[in-house]
Amino acid sequence: MNRNLYRQASNGLARVFVYGTALVALIPLGLVLAYTVLKGLPSVEHVEFFINSFRPIGIPGGGVAHAVAGTVIMVGIASLLAVPVGILGGVYLVEYGRGRGGDLIRLAGDVLVGAPSIAIGLFAYALLVAPFHHFSGISAAVALAVLMLPVVIRTTEGAIELIPGSLREAGLALGLARWRVALQLIVPAAAPGIVTGALLAVARAAGETAPLLFTAFGNQILNLDPSKPMAALPLLVFNYARQPYPQAQQQAWGAALVLVVLVLITNLTSRFVFRRQIALAGKL
Amino acid sequence: MAYGGLGVAESKPADYPARRVAPVVLKALEGASPTKLAVASLSFYYGRFRALKDISLDIPEKRVTALIGPSGCGKTTLLRVFNRMYDLVPKARAEGSVRLDGMEVTETTRLLELRQKVGMVFQRPSPFPLSIYDNVAFAPRLLGWGRSRVAEAVETAIKDAALWDEVNDRLKDPAASLSGGQQQRLSIARCLAVKPEVILMDEPCSALDPVATLKIEDLIDRLARQYTIVIVTHNMQQAARVADFTAFMLMDTEERYGQLIEFAPTTDLFNKPTDPRTEGYITGRFG
Repeated sequence: MNRNLYRQASNGLARVFVYGTALVALIPLGLVLAYTVLKGLPSVEHVEFFINSFRPIGIPGGGVAHAVAGTVIMVGIASLLAVPVGILGGVYLVEYGRGRGGDLIRLAGDVLVGAPSIAIGLFAYALLVAPFHHFSGISAAVALAVLMLPVVIRTTEGAIELIPGSLREAGLALGLARWRVALQLIVPAAAPGIVTGALLAVARAAGETAPLLFTAFGNQILNLDPSKPMAALPLLVFNYARQPYPQAQQQAWGAALVLVVLVLITNLTSRFVFRRQIALAGKL
Repeated sequence: MAYGGLGVAESKPADYPARRVAPVVLKALEGASPTKLAVASLSFYYGRFRALKDISLDIPEKRVTALIGPSGCGKTTLLRVFNRMYDLVPKARAEGSVRLDGMEVTETTRLLELRQKVGMVFQRPSPFPLSIYDNVAFAPRLLGWGRSRVAEAVETAIKDAALWDEVNDRLKDPAASLSGGQQQRLSIARCLAVKPEVILMDEPCSALDPVATLKIEDLIDRLARQYTIVIVTHNMQQAARVADFTAFMLMDTEERYGQLIEFAPTTDLFNKPTDPRTEGYITGRFG
């Protein structure tokens, strides 16, 4: 009886501890979200905020349209570069990368994931900005693509590994070439998981500031030409928040809110898609 | 009562009609059939481990040959040599000879052609995450057959797999919506669609209930007129029911390699086995 009581007590204590730490882990997220919403809402309430671009301090009606456009265009180009290469890389790792070559690529991917994003920005600067003597959206897109690539490769690899080997065997037993089975049977079956990885990479790239500092540089007017300097949401937040003017700081909060919501939507979409993958993999 | 006194007939589940015994006996008496797969002194290795040792047998054309034996005796390994499925396993290699018509299976570089000729049906039904129609049409399309030829091949294959009446009004439904037995017949249809000559079956009924099993066995019986079928089964009654010829395999107790103990017409193997180990197995003394 005594022992039972002791067990119950220690169990209760452990439970309180575990719940407590989980709650502590959630506090920063909750605070960031709440604070951003609270501070950003006054900006977002005006429609001009989404329609207009930069206005000098003192003139009302400034907006972030140029930054939203820049972020969408640069992340879009980065995705076009990173997603196809990343998917093929992931397919390579599963189908052919069982040996030393595959391990090397996995290691390179892990290192790249850990590489400071400012270093990747410098790389893009040296490669695409310095030689041409001007900043550009393209150079920023390349920097973002380098950031996205390892994420896409590893999530593709993970998604394909969820597909049972029996599917591959069944395809090969029909006399189909290995690459065809991989690209036309396995990849479509793993599509939801692969899309999840791509969306996570997009969310990560959209929030990055450091790689844009000396590549996209920023722009005060709405520019849709990626060969010229471009604005971006994180850059805009970074630049406006440092200014002493309340008007600029207010717009920085608004832009931060827009960015957080965009990234949140991307993340939630990827979650939803990934659930479908798990449901699908269960049926195979 | 061909199997009287073996303790085989008595243990049959009620769903299996005894009528199957008769045609099997008759078929085996039809006489010799030309050899389709000639296996000679075949040994197989996973790295340094020898999984099969010195196997020789001639698998006759347009007959059903069953591979039986206790778990781990190398039945499935042998089956996977016939379509080079072992290529997927690193460091697996075969020594000796397996000839399919004029082709040396263990050495050929025409792997895709080999696997088109030698189809395979797996233990668990493995439908692609596609519609019923697309499952069967998948390979013909990738092989570049024209639209009408694909359509014809798909319909013929589904009919030959005895599935047409059950699915012809819902070919666009996902294959996963079919029952286990239907999925397995779909796997067979998918295999038939590329017009193979040999069909390998790796315990095709082990995941199925008795009624679905019976349908597959009926199907095997029918397909045997057109195709050479090699079936691995744990189930001796199944071998007795569907196979014209049976090979009994056993694992060596010391070195753990699989070996062929006896290969004979099914009726002979079950009624008058020449090796005491065969008799021990079929009478249920071990395995």
